Amino acid sequence: MSNENFEPKIVGFLCNWCSYRAADLAGSARIKYPPNVRIIRVMCSGRVDPTFVLKALADGADGVMIAGCHPGECHYLNQNYKAMRRYEMLKHTLAAMGVEDQRVRLVWASAAEGQQLAAAIDSLVHDVRELGPLHWPQNWKENGEREKALADIVKEHEEAMEVPA
Amino acid sequence: MSDKPKGKLALYWAASCGGCEIAVLAIDEKILDVAAAFDIVLWPCATDGKVRDVEKMADGSIDVCLFNGGIRTSEHEYMARLLRQKSKVLVAFGSCASEGCIPGLANMNTRREIFDAVYKEGSMTYPENPQDVRPQPETKMPEGMLHLPLFYDTLKTLDQTVEVDYYLPGCPPEAENIWKAIVAILEGKLPPKGSVIGVNTTVCDECPRKRGVKKIKKFYRTWEIIPDEETCLLEQGLLCCGIATRAGCGALCPAVNSPCIGCHGANDGVKDFGARMMSALASVIDSDDPEEIRRIIEDGIPDPVGTFYRFSLAASQLRRKNKAEMASG
Repeated sequence: MSNENFEPKIVGFLCNWCSYRAADLAGSARIKYPPNVRIIRVMCSGRVDPTFVLKALADGADGVMIAGCHPGECHYLNQNYKAMRRYEMLKHTLAAMGVEDQRVRLVWASAAEGQQLAAAIDSLVHDVRELGPLHWPQNWKENGEREKALADIVKEHEEAMEVPA
Repeated sequence: MSDKPKGKLALYWAASCGGCEIAVLAIDEKILDVAAAFDIVLWPCATDGKVRDVEKMADGSIDVCLFNGGIRTSEHEYMARLLRQKSKVLVAFGSCASEGCIPGLANMNTRREIFDAVYKEGSMTYPENPQDVRPQPETKMPEGMLHLPLFYDTLKTLDQTVEVDYYLPGCPPEAENIWKAIVAILEGKLPPKGSVIGVNTTVCDECPRKRGVKKIKKFYRTWEIIPDEETCLLEQGLLCCGIATRAGCGALCPAVNSPCIGCHGANDGVKDFGARMMSALASVIDSDDPEEIRRIIEDGIPDPVGTFYRFSLAASQLRRKNKAEMASG
């Protein structure tokens, strides 16, 4: 079921040296791209702990983007390779947890690639919009029966108290 | 004989295996010291205390409650709330109460899926069930309405249900750590509220194996290799969770050539045990090629949830598998 008014909430972790600068470049070049990505600047894509991605989804994000320097161009030499490996590990686990593959994406974007980053964001927003909202916290809700069941226990115990010893 | 009046102690089991009760008795003759210091007002497994009597107590009159087990049903939630109200100090005793433990793995399913597996005709338990009889929260009988606790879709930890004062990790907690916790409680020498009663380091610190540089080309299942007894198990490609797991168990499993599975829970500062494991394992994979990385992961870790969240699924960031595509009701 698709909601025509659904605007995906996407959290983006962009590395300071390449992808964040690409986003800046997209801005100064007035390249239009969807506003759905909430960008968080990290010093390196290798800083992105899988916990950040999981917390974003658990807190209600519909998708997550991780963006870093191209392989071989990491400002800190090799840490984007760590990001790549963590991303593969995360994808493998998210699949088992029932999170659709398209919601979490790793992209490489150099500081000069404002257009390409904008296109990647556009593509992710489009794909997540097709998938629909994730609404992860709904997974933890019990249905209305819970309140009634608890009230029944209280009532049952109160009635039990009235039985003479 | 001491002149000090005895304190009140309660032990309760929610969704658990009973191992924590046995672990308390594993303190051997020290149980007599416990009985000398405390009146055990409730311990369904071992003593005759009644819930009705607990309900009649003044709030906060139980000095310590050791609560083990996860919150699976409305009865567990009711007891968690009752014991929180009546206890000064509520301890999440063991892995189930602290992080969900093995019952938490049922969070990969819904109540509907679990009941189908047990009650649907053709199951191992009910080869015949033509009327699809299942437990119901309410059943009208001539004598009145019978109630059964409601089985929740998602198992919760104790601190997802009520406020918890302390956590004692382990599946089950080691006898000597149980005794240390009891002594700390009796002497009033407890860490700040909300803490784990235990040490703040990982199993690696207690493990005597030699550590070098870790470069893994292949992860092995425990049955695939006989590890060498001197070298770090992770370095040999086994999925040892010692890196993320809190110490205090003496690294018992690595000592017998078995990789740590994480039963002692996450160390301080770890918000998601599985994420820490994913991160650490990813760092040691010896490849920069996405295809090769994918293959190493898929071949070596066929069950990521069972490996990374065996004890901690209910306490993880996501807590359960996505219900969206699952049968409900």
